[in-house]
Amino acid sequence: MAATAFSASKFTQSFSLNSTRSVDRPPLFPASHPLKTTPSSFLGSTRKLSLSSPSSSTSRRRRRRPSRSPAVVAVSEVVKEKKSKSNVSLSNPLITNEEGLELYEDMVLGRSFEDMCAQMYYRGKMFGFVHLYNGQEAVSTGFIKLLKQEDCVVSTYRDHVHALSKGVPARAVMSELFGKTTGCCRGQGGSMHMFSKEHNLLGGFAFIGEGIPVATGAAFTSKYRREVLKEADCDHVTLAFFGDGTCNNGQFFECLNMAALWKLPIVFVVENNLWAIGMSHLRATSDPEIWKKGPAFGMPGVHVDGMDVLKVREVAKEAIGRARRGEGPTLVECETYRFRGHSLADPDELRDPAEKARYASRDPISALKKYMFENNLASEAELKAIDKKIDELVEDAVEFADESPLPARSQLLENVFADPRGFGIGPDGRYRCEDPKFTEGTAQV
Amino acid sequence: MAAMLHTIGVASPVASGGVFPDHQSNKFAVSSLHSLPMIRSEARSNLSSLHESYRAGKLIAKAVATKGENAAASGASKPGHELLLFEALREGLEEEMERDPRVCVIGEDVGHYGGSYKVTKGLAPKFGDLRVLDTPIAENSFTGMGIGAAMTGLRPVIEGMNMGFLLLAFNQISDNCGMLHYTSGGQFTIPAVIRGPGGVGRQLGAEHSQRLESYFQSIPGIQLVACSTPYNAKGLMKAAIRSENPVVLFEHVLLYNLKERIPDEEYVLNLEEAEMVRPGEHVTILTYSRMRYHVMQAVKTLVNKGYDPEVIDIRSLKPFDLYTIGNSVKKTHRVLIVEECMRTGGIGASLTAAINENFHDYLDAQIICLSSQDVPTPYAGTLEEWTVVQPPQIVAAVEQLCQ
Repeated sequence: MAATAFSASKFTQSFSLNSTRSVDRPPLFPASHPLKTTPSSFLGSTRKLSLSSPSSSTSRRRRRRPSRSPAVVAVSEVVKEKKSKSNVSLSNPLITNEEGLELYEDMVLGRSFEDMCAQMYYRGKMFGFVHLYNGQEAVSTGFIKLLKQEDCVVSTYRDHVHALSKGVPARAVMSELFGKTTGCCRGQGGSMHMFSKEHNLLGGFAFIGEGIPVATGAAFTSKYRREVLKEADCDHVTLAFFGDGTCNNGQFFECLNMAALWKLPIVFVVENNLWAIGMSHLRATSDPEIWKKGPAFGMPGVHVDGMDVLKVREVAKEAIGRARRGEGPTLVECETYRFRGHSLADPDELRDPAEKARYASRDPISALKKYMFENNLASEAELKAIDKKIDELVEDAVEFADESPLPARSQLLENVFADPRGFGIGPDGRYRCEDPKFTEGTAQV
Repeated sequence: MAAMLHTIGVASPVASGGVFPDHQSNKFAVSSLHSLPMIRSEARSNLSSLHESYRAGKLIAKAVATKGENAAASGASKPGHELLLFEALREGLEEEMERDPRVCVIGEDVGHYGGSYKVTKGLAPKFGDLRVLDTPIAENSFTGMGIGAAMTGLRPVIEGMNMGFLLLAFNQISDNCGMLHYTSGGQFTIPAVIRGPGGVGRQLGAEHSQRLESYFQSIPGIQLVACSTPYNAKGLMKAAIRSENPVVLFEHVLLYNLKERIPDEEYVLNLEEAEMVRPGEHVTILTYSRMRYHVMQAVKTLVNKGYDPEVIDIRSLKPFDLYTIGNSVKKTHRVLIVEECMRTGGIGASLTAAINENFHDYLDAQIICLSSQDVPTPYAGTLEEWTVVQPPQIVAAVEQLCQ
């Protein structure tokens, strides 16, 4: 893994952002990557990231170049360390009180919802393959909370929390999981196919990599609207979320190429949780540093600590800003971790308990909580109130889903075709959809 | 007519201005196709008279009809213009792109090169590089990109340089194109058209001679149509673009240079309907795409031998137009299917099943289905000839059926 031969910094310099930065701030995208520092056999999770507190200007500079020092620490510990050194950390936190509460609430919603999903699954309320997002909330919240409603999000089968962050009501998601007709997809999609036209959530895809071209297409539409349809203010951005396993898939590379070629307003967000079911990222990938694959196609590649919502948010701001300004795509690799197995059916025996413990200590929700306390952004009571509110919301979602009706037989054929004449002409000369025994029309959303 | 189209609450394919020369277009409001008086507008009079002539039993001797003489006979104003099939496709595409700025073309070499069969020639200079997008060679991804664009408001026409290349896009066509409208609970529509040349050409080799209609036909949520004449090529192209459903339009490599006179005025054909090529009494021959011409060639021989076959170009491969087909079966009681698809699991196999299910009582003999051999198309000319159905085989089959 001799990454030293490749001078990433030189390359990423050419993509430095046209933002109004102060001179002492170096380019956002780090020149190196934790995985390359100590080449040894195996196990990416033993690699260390150097972190510094996000709150002081001097340490901000160091954060941008996490290259040489090997220690990985939870944000909370670093904050404690910094706090003991000086008071500078308290002077300019990265977020305001409202933003902090919003981020906290979104992450707690994601966590509580997924925990409730697990409960409901084991109680037989939902079936099939359910993939939970516990531990990765910082990525969803960090990115999606920066979007407008018109921006699009494309996800994978691990999409419940992306849906919630994008604004799909918890009731709609829970009902969908229960297979009820009040679900966001009328019960026809299920856990792996969450869609919402209102919130521009373009799915929910079961095959990995399948959604990336769809995201590329949504970004293409944005560019098309601006340049062909002359809607000058159309600056919609698309985010494509996918995992480390997907980064070895052809569709990933093909779309990186096309997005960079046409400067599409898209951000490719890799949720590298190091495991594709039971396949460790390092066993599957010749060069595990996914962010490096960006510059190979002509776009910046960034690596960020995906367990820290503030860091993710900073990177996301830059990447989304780039896309909105028409400067093209960005590849963001978020180092994150899923606390549960791949799905509720996964016994999760292959992962090292020590690795799990290490990441559990970096729980993004606790980290944010600590940060907010340290910086006086919120009180214990406020956060507890949010916890309670979310608990009630999730309970309400379950109740709603429980009480919702199951789809009727008549729903079976309703959405096969947008234009039901596609079912053809029957022997009697009438369109089949005109037959009263056939359902007609499309779903009302 | 627009009001009638809306009565049953389905989306009308014609938003504005389009004229429906096919008398069958008023099907939505009337329950029986041929029996009731048809709603006609003046501009369609020359073509409706053409259909009238079908019912009167006038033979259309040549597969490529010269509409000009019929138009003159009916006294309609415009005689139409002559063009080749690929030009007809281009005309249809161009008209739709002018009509709706959301229509765009995505594919390899569609822009600057003008398309491998020149279907998109001249469109990129006219509409720009973004509306006629030259893609890198990444079928699965650019098909998926087209689907994503369709979901977010555009109406892409995705070209496979050869239909066989779309095998690489099968993931996107099956999972996303076909399924997304359903799995999203009807929230997203995919008004995409996937088109390209397919079929067995002249010694193009096995991989360039594939018939994907059989592979695609099981995918729920998509419609398959096959064009065979310049007239129906333009009409189906326009209909496919205007349809809210994803449509796969199969063109044939050997038919691009067919010449025909088509109407000057705008027309859109019906995606779900079959085309009566030659009415008859003795046997129903169902075919599509290139085999239509092999059938018509065989018909010449058959007519000389005293047979009167009815030839229907099914055009809509999925769903089948069971009305036109059924009426024919009820008349002739004998069915021959001639297709270029493979024997196993092809369109003919499905059609045989459908006819047996629906019209079993009307059949006097077992359905004969002539398909291509289940072999990868050989390169050698002689072997390739024996792979597809040839007119002598069709003649022999009809003779066998009519014993």
